[in-house]
Amino acid sequence: MKRARAAVIGAAETTEMGKLPHMSQLQLHADAALNALADAGLKPSDIDGIATAGETPESLALYLGITPTWIDATGVGGCSFLMHVRHAMSAIESGLCRHVLITHGESGRSRVAASGFPHPIPGSLPQQFETPFGTFGPPTMFTLPVLRFLKDRGYEQEDLARVAVVQREWAALNPRASQKAPITVDDVMASKMIAYPFRMLMCCLVTDGGGAIVLSAADRAADLHARPVYVIGTGESVEGNMISQMEDFSSSKAFRVSGRNAFAQAGITHADVDHLMIYDAFAHLPLYGLEDLGFCAPGEAAAFIREGHTRPGGRLPLNTNGGGLSYMHSGMYGMYALQESIRQMRGIAPAQVDGAKISVAHGVGGMFAASSTIIFSNERP
Amino acid sequence: MNAGRPLPVPTPETAHFWEGTRLGELRLQTCRDCGNTYFPPRPFCPGCASRNVGVIRASGRGSLHSYVISHLPAPGFEPPYTIAVVKLDEGPKMMTNIVGTPCDPALLQLDHPVEVTFEALNEKITLPMFKLTGSSQ
Repeated sequence: MKRARAAVIGAAETTEMGKLPHMSQLQLHADAALNALADAGLKPSDIDGIATAGETPESLALYLGITPTWIDATGVGGCSFLMHVRHAMSAIESGLCRHVLITHGESGRSRVAASGFPHPIPGSLPQQFETPFGTFGPPTMFTLPVLRFLKDRGYEQEDLARVAVVQREWAALNPRASQKAPITVDDVMASKMIAYPFRMLMCCLVTDGGGAIVLSAADRAADLHARPVYVIGTGESVEGNMISQMEDFSSSKAFRVSGRNAFAQAGITHADVDHLMIYDAFAHLPLYGLEDLGFCAPGEAAAFIREGHTRPGGRLPLNTNGGGLSYMHSGMYGMYALQESIRQMRGIAPAQVDGAKISVAHGVGGMFAASSTIIFSNERP
Repeated sequence: MNAGRPLPVPTPETAHFWEGTRLGELRLQTCRDCGNTYFPPRPFCPGCASRNVGVIRASGRGSLHSYVISHLPAPGFEPPYTIAVVKLDEGPKMMTNIVGTPCDPALLQLDHPVEVTFEALNEKITLPMFKLTGSSQ
């Protein structure tokens, strides 16, 4: 490890999750923010940096009573919050602000004052060259490269199903998970067809919830929280906003660039990683993530999961909250991947990985459009 | 063609493409400096940034690169329907629908040769669709 670049001194999810028709999108942000501030022992007046997506820094500033000297409204979909961590780290290091509040909240299921899925602008390239062919939301776009991926890698549809099965094993250990009942590969393969080859149980949940993080400088973090979690490596990239133009349908360029830079900044190897989160809006993403982050050679990720290395008791615990497939997925899941990494580093996760010291959280934004990677440690290098 | 299907809105940079489909031509662009053939349209080469580019008529032939069969409702579509990406012989990839073949994975094998066919939505907009041709590679 090289050095701690920043530290999480507050982190929390919304008080409740699931179906919350009594809370607006903005209130979900605020509920999570108040919980994270309480965890940090700070008040809104202590916060001088705001980063958010879905809502705007302006709406958060007004609603929570914060006067920031730095804001970040990076909104590239589900991994925006990971990018916020990276950007906030840099802002804190350069003295632009001291305590950054990163918030997420989404009324994905109840749709109370919710921002919708962004439809392409008329005349934009996706609107001209994709939308007319019937792409309509993530299930028809995120899935499009996958038959190519399966053929290139020699994978089967059952390999997608097995991702969902293993994550349900983790969800069974998590009282807050939306879906906890065990499932089999046959159950997944028999579930309703959504967009061939994707079946219902290979697709994420749609729920309500939120999460928030308070990020501060590493040097005084131990005075501010009993269990600070250090940010030791970060990465980000984008590839493009058209799934049809993805350079290689079997590998995400944004994943590769983001992951490579995060590992280089942290100065760690894959063998150092005790815990891994890979954003799973759909069941293929952990397979791409394992390969593109370098945990598995191309063509070996499916066997890695089949052999049990990512399940409870395995050597690389993956998506230990149950993931977007079984824990929760409000629309922009990245915040929940961060929250689980932070819980694991604090030693308080429902399915705690014993002795875990380094956790990698890897996110995707849009349909392989964007990516960000954050590497945490509970030891200050 | 189903009513309510989203219509592309051409821009000055893409007008040649939609003029082409109306005339039964699939048009791509080629860089006169580096030889790169590319899509979607733009008045410069995404490979070398040269503005010295021209429009070419593509062969209209390619192969089935990947697809999904959507069972979800979408405006202007009757599920199930096939959303595909074809890899054109000239190199670029293009989203399309596969027509003339039932939505059956057994009949839709990746890398099968495809050929363009045109479907007029109105007097201004004609979409490039693709159909399977010949035998599988």
